[in-house]
Amino acid sequence: MQRRNFLLGLFSLAIFAPINALAAIWNKAAFEAIKLDDVSKNLNVNHETYSGDIQITAPDRAENGAIVQVGIKSNIVNTESIAILVEKNPTALIANFKFSNGAEPFVVTRIKMAETSDIKVVVKAGNQYFTNSKNVVVLENGCG
Amino acid sequence: MGVVEMDDNMKMRAQLKGDYVEVKVLMSHPMETGRRKDDFGQLVAAHFIQLVTATLNGKVVLEAQWGTGISKNPYLTFRLKGAKLGDIVAVTWHDNLGATATQEIAVTQG
Repeated sequence: MQRRNFLLGLFSLAIFAPINALAAIWNKAAFEAIKLDDVSKNLNVNHETYSGDIQITAPDRAENGAIVQVGIKSNIVNTESIAILVEKNPTALIANFKFSNGAEPFVVTRIKMAETSDIKVVVKAGNQYFTNSKNVVVLENGCG
Repeated sequence: MGVVEMDDNMKMRAQLKGDYVEVKVLMSHPMETGRRKDDFGQLVAAHFIQLVTATLNGKVVLEAQWGTGISKNPYLTFRLKGAKLGDIVAVTWHDNLGATATQEIAVTQG
């Protein structure tokens, strides 16, 4: 049985080589984590400091949780990345954006929200992590 | 399954606005969570973009990892400092089934 699994493993490795390269980059553990704490752990965040220098633009109430537009701007010097989490979604981590070569620490995207929850943002700047959050009231589950 | 090239499924705009360039991208993708059931009560397999990379004149400016919580037909805005008219912005995505798409556009006056 073990040998068979090993052979199957080799087989899929051959076919899905490009995907495996992608899988090495994609943070599976963080994206499959259910709780905020487990996401943080898998993003190697050990301590987060609240910061009002993280601006979150999102509606106070969302009719349809399938499409909630959220904008994030970090005014923290040397911001390297912005992660978006939704506490009450089936899996909390939505996205992690890494900026380089003149990209501003600014992003607008549309996310799914299962129910009324905080949108939590985690900013990495050097070896420090900062956080802010905004509550959004969701009237219709958007996580299908 | 394997690498599938998809054409014309990304709409992009890169406009110079004062001292930065604003890039807006609309991608065509189902972004299935793997938790949704179809009309027959069967779970629809997860199918979602995992990685989005943007470059300015070939240099990486943005690298995003996504989960299933990004909405269907993903929308993205980002801003670049130091980009000029005519510079080339390219965006590429890869999904969990090995499909990929790429699109590039020149910076225009906003």
